[in-house]
Amino acid sequence: MLEGPDGAQAVEAERRVTFGPRRSRSKLTSSFRTPLWHRLAEKTIAVLALTAIAAIALIFVFIAREAIPMFWESDFAQEVELPDLFFAKQWHGYDEPVYVWQPVGEPPKYNVIPLFVGSLKVTLLAMLLSVPLGIGCALFTAMYAPRRFREIVKPIIELLAGIPSVVLGFFALMVIASWAQATFGFHFRLNAVVAAIGLALTIVPVIFTISEDALQAVPRTLTEAALALGARKYQVALRVVLPAAIPGIAAGIVLGFGRAIGETMIVLMASGNAAIMELFDFTTSVRTITATIAAELGEVAQGDPHWRVLFLLGVMLFVVTFVLNLLGDLIIQRLHQRLTASS
Amino acid sequence: MTIVKDYSHLFFFQARGCDAGSSRVCHTTVTSRPQSRFDWSKALKKASQKHWGLIVAIALVATSCTSRRSEPGDESSTGAAPSKTSSTLTIKGSDTMVILAQNWAQAFMKANPGRVVQVSGGGSGTGVAALINGTADLANASRPMKDKEKKQLRERRGAEAKEFRVALDALAVYVSAENPIDSLTIPQLKKIFRGQTTNWKDVGGADRAIILYSRENNSGTYAYFKEHVLNNEDFAATAQTLPGTAAVINAVSKDKAGIGYGGIGYSEGVRTVKVATADGKPVEPNMANATSGKYPLSRFLNVYSVGEPSGVAKDYLDFILSSDGQKVVEGVGYYPLPTEATAASSD
Repeated sequence: MLEGPDGAQAVEAERRVTFGPRRSRSKLTSSFRTPLWHRLAEKTIAVLALTAIAAIALIFVFIAREAIPMFWESDFAQEVELPDLFFAKQWHGYDEPVYVWQPVGEPPKYNVIPLFVGSLKVTLLAMLLSVPLGIGCALFTAMYAPRRFREIVKPIIELLAGIPSVVLGFFALMVIASWAQATFGFHFRLNAVVAAIGLALTIVPVIFTISEDALQAVPRTLTEAALALGARKYQVALRVVLPAAIPGIAAGIVLGFGRAIGETMIVLMASGNAAIMELFDFTTSVRTITATIAAELGEVAQGDPHWRVLFLLGVMLFVVTFVLNLLGDLIIQRLHQRLTASS
Repeated sequence: MTIVKDYSHLFFFQARGCDAGSSRVCHTTVTSRPQSRFDWSKALKKASQKHWGLIVAIALVATSCTSRRSEPGDESSTGAAPSKTSSTLTIKGSDTMVILAQNWAQAFMKANPGRVVQVSGGGSGTGVAALINGTADLANASRPMKDKEKKQLRERRGAEAKEFRVALDALAVYVSAENPIDSLTIPQLKKIFRGQTTNWKDVGGADRAIILYSRENNSGTYAYFKEHVLNNEDFAATAQTLPGTAAVINAVSKDKAGIGYGGIGYSEGVRTVKVATADGKPVEPNMANATSGKYPLSRFLNVYSVGEPSGVAKDYLDFILSSDGQKVVEGVGYYPLPTEATAASSD
């Protein structure tokens, strides 16, 4: 009880030294002046850190700048009505109001909803596959596997993250698709499930590595105390170590999600790319936002309505990823506060 | 209570480890210690609040730079179009024609050492867009250029598009080698690709659901099929769009219930179906029927240039329209131009 607050204070002091040089200088180093090159190094690091933020801001500004003229351009208004981008409409030749993405045709139909549904379906399914697998793998390697085994397995799984996505896409297209159709009897050979399996191959290493690090970092004293109290190994793993590592694991899941929703090549090759508006059937082909942008952006003339809609898709993808990442961060923060609140 | 105490204690040591400069400890700290993770983001946040003006300023400056560059960029790219470097020719466009164009380029480069022809695919729409945007000298297109595209080309490049018919193709309808279907009429094809006929037994085949394979919408073959078979109505939403004719062939060859379409030059591992007009006899897609115009889906493959071609582009076009060039067409699996068509386009 006495050591706890002391430890926290020490951490706070360390934090100031490492991350908040301006404030801490007067308090901690008042007796001597920081050498010039130290201050220069600090400034340089600060600038580098800000560059990342500036880059993100720039990318967003650039994408938005290409999309936004759609609200006033007459070319755009002639070809597309804004509500049609989001709401179902009964087009000529259809029996009922539909959500369709048919950007080439008379008239072109740019409804982004099927693409959104496609992206979310594939991502969700990939997460459902890879989260339990990644965390399970991490738990095993961190808690059960012998040291030698861990030292071999961990780099190998991390190597999986280094495989180019086009190779994984090809693998999904040629091997997984045939296997899945033969096994599950899918109507569509290329579908959301196949793409999700391919995606899971890229996300599992992300979730695994980060979760494993988090589990490893849980203090041995916790495990030892639990064991000393008579807990079984699985109890220690599931009730002590796993909860203590939850913030790190959640960070891994958030990163994995970002990777999944932004992945292009695998879904372009293995999802079938049919923009079907179907919420619950995961065995149909899907067309994702990223694949649409990749497949169609090369074709359109700059400034064309089609071009603007594709950039709008980019903006929306950006916003969705940003919001979800933010939510993820908030949740992690909450979890972490709850874990350390009682000290 | 003890547990919690020890937990915070650990943070202390971890942070120290990081400070000591051991990179390995530092790594684990950053990725696994939520504590330090938040410090980073907080520090970033604090810094970004303080330097917010700076970030906005950088962003603004950079944007204005890009926008300033992009306005005259259209003209400068026109000027810098590879015609300046007189020995390199860049050709983009139709995936249907990409193998054909590569063979042409090889033969042309063999006959004219020192001249370089670069060919890439992507789709007819991609090629025409590249022509408009000034990133290609010639565009391969398996469909005629649209009026809208011609207008854009005139506005951007200041010259009319010039069309050259370079080969003849029969757009074939493919089914799996195991599919017993022998022929389909155009209205049947329309219903199939509109998604109104969904079972093979409705058109005389086995009792099996039909799986549609189509092309990406930047494809000239897609546009041609949509215009001539679907009467410009939409493909069924369930049609899977694949990048390139080769991908369609590959998919159909693996799918007993599949149906796809594409240039005749690719038909390996699949079966081509005879096609009939609404009231006509089924016609096989072959050279005689395509040349005589009996096959309902025969079409010309085109090359477009901006204005009258000159330099390497002219030599290249002369070559592909010559008898040597037309021999290459046959080698790839398409059909050489009927003699009168050559005369019509090369005037």
